[in-house]
Amino acid sequence: MSQLAISVSHLTKKYGDRKALSDANFEVPLGTVCGFVGPNGSGKTTTIRMLLGLITPTEGTGTVLGESISHPEKYLPRVGAMIEGPAFYPALSGAENLRVLASLGGINQSRVTPLLERVGLADRAGSKYKTYSLGMKQRLGIAAALLPNPELLILDEPTNGLDPSGIHEVRELMRDLAAQGTTVFVSSHLLGELEMIAEYLVMLREGKVIYTGTTSHLLASQQPILVVKPEYEVDLPRVIAIAESQGHKSRILDGEAHITSDADWAAQLNRLAFEAGITLASLTAVRPSLEETFFTLTEKVGE
Amino acid sequence: MLRSFFAESRKLRRPTLALSTLLTVAAFSILFTSIVYLRLKSGEPNTKMGERINSDALSQYIGLVYGFKLVSFFVEITALCIFASQTAQEYTFGTLRNLLVRQPVRMKILAGKFLAMSLFAAIMVAFTAVVTIATSYVLAGKGGVKTSEWTSSAGLHLLAQSYGNILLSTIGLGAMGMILGLLFRSPITAISIGVLWSLILENILVAAINSTAKWLPAQNIGNIGEGGTPSLSYSHSLLISLLYLGVGSAIVGWLFQRRDVAN
Repeated sequence: MSQLAISVSHLTKKYGDRKALSDANFEVPLGTVCGFVGPNGSGKTTTIRMLLGLITPTEGTGTVLGESISHPEKYLPRVGAMIEGPAFYPALSGAENLRVLASLGGINQSRVTPLLERVGLADRAGSKYKTYSLGMKQRLGIAAALLPNPELLILDEPTNGLDPSGIHEVRELMRDLAAQGTTVFVSSHLLGELEMIAEYLVMLREGKVIYTGTTSHLLASQQPILVVKPEYEVDLPRVIAIAESQGHKSRILDGEAHITSDADWAAQLNRLAFEAGITLASLTAVRPSLEETFFTLTEKVGE
Repeated sequence: MLRSFFAESRKLRRPTLALSTLLTVAAFSILFTSIVYLRLKSGEPNTKMGERINSDALSQYIGLVYGFKLVSFFVEITALCIFASQTAQEYTFGTLRNLLVRQPVRMKILAGKFLAMSLFAAIMVAFTAVVTIATSYVLAGKGGVKTSEWTSSAGLHLLAQSYGNILLSTIGLGAMGMILGLLFRSPITAISIGVLWSLILENILVAAINSTAKWLPAQNIGNIGEGGTPSLSYSHSLLISLLYLGVGSAIVGWLFQRRDVAN
């Protein structure tokens, strides 16, 4: 059996002359949490829709759970998905909406109540969907995705509309599912959240895959940053000038100088600043977060 | 397909749809049947197209189903609206993507949906028959109509035949609604075009050029419910209706199978 949950090769989708996804190649190993990131319009939802058989690729091939994406009926019974936000019948209750999908998928109706409890909707199960808040709708969408007890769970922005505790719950849910062997393929703009749970990443920009691999490898490959805060903010441009005169890329961000450099250079910077009459209030060497890395990578491609 | 049938049935039996439809059908059934019986003695028109039927005619076995047949076109138009809205709303709510993830064989979704809506139509037509016949019995005495012939074997045979024909006609216009729903992917557009075409445009065409009635879809589907008329035979209407619905179904089936689901 294939060790890959998802594998795509030269996957392309064109709408007229515009390429929503261009020659994408990536793999997602079984049993991992894989983050799928990219700016709006980068082709994430198009990719997800192709993986679910909702739209036909213009070129390229792919497999999901070892089956070709041209035969979604062979793998979709083992896949749960929430695509581009929840979509349900407004006049039906949350529970009844899930029962409709359970009937359609040949899934035992007895799964509905425990799933509503799991996503925290048990007390509103009988209320009409149209009365739900955005967060409750999102939770119902997650419950629907979990209906088939999936081997692969595909979630498109699952934390949209959730409050911080809801976001925490979704993160824990994804961790639990991964621990039980479910592969989770999740797109999100909350890169801080993904950094905490995703072992694997696929990064898109303008329809192209710009990174695919482990999160740790991506972060380790990024140059560390010295975050410098002088005693007086007026000295910030002078700090930047010192760093750039020594060949280090620098920029001012939120009242601090961000200088691309190894931590070893921090002592020399401190000395140079002192000689220039600048007192540094703080000088910290940090590894770039996933968010910073994302901006760096996506800016590079755009340049 | 059965799974799709059961899933669709769950949606159709929601009280806001099922009860409101049955109540509306009941209200119109009582209204139209009452007009026939309550105006019998006035000598004024009491049935469709400003025509008149008297108590002697209603005392024959046809009296049993007269109200039922009179209301049938309203039931058929209701079916058109329900079939169109139940189909097109999958696009406007964005629920089609959920359905296709749980049932990727697209034609099974359509077939199950059609089957469930046809069952809904069968219940609606049966309910109409019950309400119109009950109203007829209640009001027969007031109009001096004798009901002894109604339960004769000829009367009961006509009832069964009328039920079958009206059901066929209702499912036929429903299928037309479903085709429009799949084509326009918007309940309002599909219903507006369907109702406007069936109730207004076809009638204007027929009024202008009478012979067009033989070739227009809603005229022929409606004629099946009538059991055929001297100017338009039952078998001709059945054939023309099957042709229209067959070609329409093939086109929208092909589109449904191939269209990307991007909303």
